[in-house]
Parts: sequence; structure tokens; C-alpha cells
Amino acid sequence: MTDTAAMKITTPTDRELVMTRVFEAPRGMVFDALTKPDLLQRWLLGPPGWTMPVCDIDLRVGGKYRYVWQNADGRRMGMGGMFQEIVRPSRLVATEVYEDYWTGGETLVTTELAETRGKTTLSTTVRYASREARDAAIKMGATKGLEASYHQLDELLKA
Amino acid sequence: MKPSGYALDATFAALADPTRRAILARLADGEATVTELAAPFDMSQPAISKHLKVLERAGLITRGREAQRRPRKLEPRPLAEATDWIERYRKIWEANYKRLDAVLEELKGRQKKAVEALIEDTRPRPRKRKSK
Repeated sequence: MTDTAAMKITTPTDRELVMTRVFEAPRGMVFDALTKPDLLQRWLLGPPGWTMPVCDIDLRVGGKYRYVWQNADGRRMGMGGMFQEIVRPSRLVATEVYEDYWTGGETLVTTELAETRGKTTLSTTVRYASREARDAAIKMGATKGLEASYHQLDELLKA
Repeated sequence: MKPSGYALDATFAALADPTRRAILARLADGEATVTELAAPFDMSQPAISKHLKVLERAGLITRGREAQRRPRKLEPRPLAEATDWIERYRKIWEANYKRLDAVLEELKGRQKKAVEALIEDTRPRPRKRKSK
């Protein structure tokens, strides 16, 4: 089984979304890849065709960060927030708010890194600040293609 | 019809429970009565009925018209909305994490080289004689 297949998304409560993935590297290294701009700019890119020309990180409690993505047409999308907890290399808590309309509010993102035999389990919990924010995020995501196969249903039920 | 955001909120809340997910998995194979649904669980019928009510309110299941059996049936649409959202999210993050794999491989390679260089540096070498 590949690590990609091991990625899991679950919805433990109606305000949270948890994403888990195992990486073949010690957690200090993963923590760096999550917090150092020159590394982050290489992988945190979202849909195909987007780059991250702006990546400012002030890695201290109360410090701010801001990312800006850009696509081939020059469309820009910004996101940022403030660090609330930094425990290298095991834990990171930060607020997150998109500058565009489409995710509709601030979320609290808790990142946890656990290491076993040189492998790191990265778990990211996104907690929506309010029901409205959650609704907005979901509404935006759900507007396209309502037909899902039973295969997708199985996937969700397995989660 | 309810705004889809609220409907989805109810969908996710309903899906947060393992018994309810098991009930949905069973209904994906075809409709079933409350008695049939309760059978595989170590639960009373009223407890199962409570779960069914949550699923019904979320629009995930409906009751059949047959007066006697009133079989429950899966309603695929709200689940489709939820899975669609999660699938889009999953695709984006799978792509991100694949790129992160590559970054980590490179960092490991760099670290290995650095360690090797360090070992090379500290290895005792034949000393050059000091020229007088």
C-alpha cells in the first residue's frame, strides 16, 4: 500500500475536518517543510497550474503568516493567519482565513506530527469558527457535479 | 428545499457516528426494515430508531410507502454533495502531499550527504609533514 492510499479524511464533528497522512521522513524534517517558506512554496500549491509567489512566515506565537497563490491567468488568492502554539517538531496551531469570498471565514488549524521508526504521521484538524463559515465553505465546494458513484459513497463510509 | 449548506451540515453530523455509517452501508445494498437494520447491532429497536431519525432528518434516508414494513431507503443526493466536497478536497491535498514527499526525499538526500561529508571530515587522515 502506498502512502497516498493511506491518506484519510474524516469528519469527527460537524465543525471539524481531519486529514491524516504518513510521510517517509522524521518529523523535524516534515515540520521544516511546513514552516520554512522556501520549502513550503514547492509543495503547498493546490489545484494544478497554481504557484505560490508570496510566502511570509513569522514563526513565533502571535506571529503572522501570509500566502498568496497565483494561476497562469494571473488570478491571485491570498490566505493568512496567526500562530497560536508552536511546539517543534510535534505541534502547530494557527488561525487561517482566506482573503477571498469563497471559504467564508476563519478556521483554526491544528497540526500534529507523530514519529514512529523514522516515519511521520501528519494530522491536520480544521475547525470551522462558526456554523456559517462551515456552511459557506461547504456550499462553495458542493456546487459542482452532484452525482456521485457508489464507489465514492463506499470511500466515505470507510472513513 | 433547505439551503445546501445546512443540509450538508446535517449530513456531516449524521455521518459522524459509526452506527449510522454502518446503517447507510447496509442501505447502500438495498432497502431494509427497522428490524432488519437492528439485527446486526447489539442495540434495542428504539436505539436504532433514534439513529434512523437522525439520518432521516439529514435527508439521507426515506421511508417506503408500504404500510406494514415501512422499509428505509438510502437517498443518494445529500451524500453525493458531501462526498463531492470531500473528494475535491482530497484531490487537492493528495497532490500537495505528493509534492511534499518529493521535497522530503530531497531533504533526506541532502542530510545524508551532509552526514557523509562530516564523517569524511572527521576521519583520521595521513598527516602531511610540516615543512620546516
